[in-house]
Amino acid sequence: MPTLVKLLAQRIALGLLLLFLVSILIFAGTNILPGDVAQSILGQSATPEALANLRKELGLNDPVVTRYFSWLGGALHGDLGTALTSRLDIATEIGRRLGNTLFLAFWAAVIAVPLAIFLGLLAVRYRDRWPDKVISAFTLASISVPEFLIGYLLMFFIGVKLRWFPSTAISYRPDADLFTRLESIALPVAVLTFVVLAHMMRMTRAAILNVMQSAYIETAELKGLRMFTIIWRHAFPNSIAPIVNVVMLNLAYLVVGVVVIEVVFVYPGMGQYLVDHVSKRDVPVVQACGLIFAAVYIGMNLIADVVSILANPRLRHPK
Amino acid sequence: MSDPLVKVKNLKIGATVYPPGEKPHDIEIVHGVDFELEKGKVLGLIGESGAGKSTIGLSTLGYGRGGVEITGGEVWINGRDILKGGLGALRKLRGSEVTYVSQSAAASFNPAKKIMDQVTEAAIRHGKFSKSEAEKRAVDLFRQLSLPNPETIGNRYPHQVSGGQLQRCMTALALCPQPDLVVFDEPTTALDVTTQIDVLAAIKQAIAATGVAALYITHDLAVVAQVSDHIMVLRNGDMVEYGDTDQIINAPREEYTQALVSVRSITHEEKKPTPEPVLTVKGINARYRGTNFDVLKNVNVEVHPGQTLAVVGESGSGKSTLARVITGLLPPRDGKIEFAGRNLSADLKGRTREDLRELQMIYQMADVAMNPRQTVGTIIGRPLEFYFGMKGKAKRERIQELLDEIELGTGFIDRYPAELSGGQKQRVCIARALAAKPKLIICDEVTSALDPLVADGILKLLLNLQKVEDVAYLFITHDIATVRAIADSIAVMYQGKVVRYGPKSQVLSPPFDDYTDLLLSSVPEMRLGWLEEVIEHRRMESAGN
Amino acid sequence: MRIPLAALIGLILTAIYFLAAIFAPLIAPYGVAEVVGQVWEPSSADYLLGTDNIGRDLLSRMIYGGRTTIFIATAATILSFTTGAILGFLATVLGGWWDQLMSRFVDLLMSIPTLIFALVVLSVMPVTVPVLILVMGFLDSTRVYRLARAVAVDINVMDYVEAARLRGEGNRWVIFREILPNALSPLVAEMGMRFIFMVLFVSTLSFLGLGVQPPGADWGGIVKENADGIVYGIGAALYPAVAIATLAISVNLVADWVLNRTTSLKGGRG
Repeated sequence: MPTLVKLLAQRIALGLLLLFLVSILIFAGTNILPGDVAQSILGQSATPEALANLRKELGLNDPVVTRYFSWLGGALHGDLGTALTSRLDIATEIGRRLGNTLFLAFWAAVIAVPLAIFLGLLAVRYRDRWPDKVISAFTLASISVPEFLIGYLLMFFIGVKLRWFPSTAISYRPDADLFTRLESIALPVAVLTFVVLAHMMRMTRAAILNVMQSAYIETAELKGLRMFTIIWRHAFPNSIAPIVNVVMLNLAYLVVGVVVIEVVFVYPGMGQYLVDHVSKRDVPVVQACGLIFAAVYIGMNLIADVVSILANPRLRHPK
Repeated sequence: MSDPLVKVKNLKIGATVYPPGEKPHDIEIVHGVDFELEKGKVLGLIGESGAGKSTIGLSTLGYGRGGVEITGGEVWINGRDILKGGLGALRKLRGSEVTYVSQSAAASFNPAKKIMDQVTEAAIRHGKFSKSEAEKRAVDLFRQLSLPNPETIGNRYPHQVSGGQLQRCMTALALCPQPDLVVFDEPTTALDVTTQIDVLAAIKQAIAATGVAALYITHDLAVVAQVSDHIMVLRNGDMVEYGDTDQIINAPREEYTQALVSVRSITHEEKKPTPEPVLTVKGINARYRGTNFDVLKNVNVEVHPGQTLAVVGESGSGKSTLARVITGLLPPRDGKIEFAGRNLSADLKGRTREDLRELQMIYQMADVAMNPRQTVGTIIGRPLEFYFGMKGKAKRERIQELLDEIELGTGFIDRYPAELSGGQKQRVCIARALAAKPKLIICDEVTSALDPLVADGILKLLLNLQKVEDVAYLFITHDIATVRAIADSIAVMYQGKVVRYGPKSQVLSPPFDDYTDLLLSSVPEMRLGWLEEVIEHRRMESAGN
Repeated sequence: MRIPLAALIGLILTAIYFLAAIFAPLIAPYGVAEVVGQVWEPSSADYLLGTDNIGRDLLSRMIYGGRTTIFIATAATILSFTTGAILGFLATVLGGWWDQLMSRFVDLLMSIPTLIFALVVLSVMPVTVPVLILVMGFLDSTRVYRLARAVAVDINVMDYVEAARLRGEGNRWVIFREILPNALSPLVAEMGMRFIFMVLFVSTLSFLGLGVQPPGADWGGIVKENADGIVYGIGAALYPAVAIATLAISVNLVADWVLNRTTSLKGGRG
């Protein structure tokens, strides 16, 4: 057991270190410009007073290391500063939107994950037959079109032409009843599901096929076991880690997909908040959102790592 | 006279092959084979790679690996043609009447489940025994197979026991449901020779105790001679010869069988050491980076010009590490290497081009020792260009000369490695080494990946070249027969130390140290009753202690 | 040499797109920023795809837009590929400390989603075409680095590379004669994938308003400009979908074929 605990502690410590380094990177990313951030935010026509004010506000007169640590210290206490453009507290703003984004991502995941695993299994079961081929053609198509276009295609045909669901999520209210909320996010959820489904299916298929080609599956077959017993007793326990890995990887991807989809469907979440403030060059908001997205992404990957360590019999039962 | 347990008639097996760049197509890999097997008897199936022996073995379970399919003939087991009954009937047969032991137990056990669960699974699922009966039976089998802690070993996971033990667990897995027939598919091939003998003895005892019939598949005639009543020799999907073990070993009728029996009977007169060794290895200690133990401990050996030093040992003995130290890939912690009268730099970077040229290397896997994107001409021509600045016609002529020397002749110069057979690939590697006109060639298990007859050809070639080119070999191998065939002097390695070293005649004659004795006595000999003799001998010795 | 039908179709379509991009001024019936008609006119003999949100000819904008998109994607792919592949091979051959340093830094960069990182950087950078190419190219080179290094590490441990080193060959011979010929096919196939990804990436950025700036046209920008029409049932914004999808699938088919062809060359790799 001690090796296992040690390994897990190492992974988690590594994740935290990574997050710390990422915060440096994000901070540096907004400070690497040759020249003056204030100038580039306000443009060439800015008055000297406006520039001086902005510099003061951004703390640009302090050395960069001081600025970084005061920013990081604030972030650790939940103080993300105030937005330059709206003067609103960033933490409260994000608090309102993060829930909406998670609500969207959650329902996309609830639909996409079981569906992808089921279809992945189907592709394995009917390998090289038509269900498998349909699935791989579908994958090729879906990696060839950007998310936002899939969004508009659905909006155009289902939302506008067929009128099955509201074509935008602009009317979304977090305090409405669940059914209304779900109806208004039907299309964005469909797009997100579509986007991650193909990848997840393909990777699930590959992961299970990999296990099914192991010699111990042959041993099980030569014991005269039924296909179902073989999959359930022999393939499944060894597929958990790779499948969790696939799921986590795609959930991480989902979080990024959300950014674009929120813009398409005018959904009041983190993604739209981020994109809006990038165009407005509102650096503190961008830094805060970037950090949160990166943290979620790193967290997902960390969970995948932890699960694969826990699922490894060599580590669970050391010699 | 009752019906035989197994009766195979005109068995034909096909496979779909996927040659790169071509359309997949079907080929026949077994062309109509017949045999019978009585209850409680053991039939050995022997042949080189591609003979179809595993495929035939698996056909008694109605199983084809990958794209392999039984295309014709009949397989009768217990009075039923198993090919006629459909998948449901096959399922009842597999794991109940017929079971299977594979070459690699490590891969064939599910890493996520305890050994006991896997050993008893078939017996329980087929309703042959209750869970507790099956577990009791498994413990008995563990004991019979001389596994340590038979009561508790089943609670372990596959990775928690050694390779030899796991192979015995696999045998227990096959015997647990009380089958009528067990198919043993090269069960000892992946094991070290001193482990192989224990597993072999355990399998033989278990077969005798349970009265089960067996198909024993192997490429090693000496091994199969110890366990089988009858032997069938196969080649390229055809039966060559069938007979009882005594006849096949002692009076083979077919030329091919005779060749298999007399394999490794090359005789080589030992040469006397010269006063000036070409390579002297002095007091070498070495370890891999990031580890804290020495893989080589105070190693001292010498190689004499035009002679062969065989370094012999099992996996983990440090013999390949010695090669890495001599070539400069792994600088030793201390000790020194003298070569052709000069001190060799410990590090590859510090060696002169002359040092590099005169010390060449041939690898075990010829497949990966040649760049697949280079032609034979480029592979052999590069050392000529690199060391001697040869170009154009002169280079091409020299390449052809070398090709003639390795008995390949014309037409090979523009081929790619993928277009050569295993033996031809190894020959090209030999030519590449010779092209540098070396004083010493390190041969790292160069014949281990080859079929015995092909390996014999390579050894003969090496011996001939030694006479012609006056080159010395440092020959690393785990195979005592190879050592006998080519060595002038021998170093036996065990756990990083040279435990015995000297001229061949002296090393291979008694009195032996314990390890050399164990090693030499474990090498299967091609005669009946050898296994019993050794086991009896060892039992007496341990009783005497 | 026989070209399979799928690859041939891919090759022809890819060629058409690239030719249209190069000769855009000759093919396009109108200027890129020229207002020629009413807002969102339906397709007609004069305007094959109709007009856009301010009355410009949509076909001309699609052709010019393709030019911009393909140019940026190509330039970014080349940048990403040369940087990633060279550094990946170097890391393998040099090994040790250099390899550790570069690989860990790439791990760090890859722990932030590409789009998010691009948004963060573009929030302070002037959004111009060279900046876009640089940002996209460098961010993506981390992926190429990973692949190039993984492929090269596999080859580097082969006995034939060891044999070359024992012969006394230098790093140049090892990289160009031993590793590169064997790494080429996976890398070329990946190049196709990276190009597609770049097309999607630049389209996404432009759609978000952080890519090509008006009045310049690119496929993502055309979607953004005409997106408002969707709710009125006007499909002008969907043409880029067709263009991007066909280009991406064509390139994919070609890349697949290249991969198959080079691996099957004279019996393949090992």
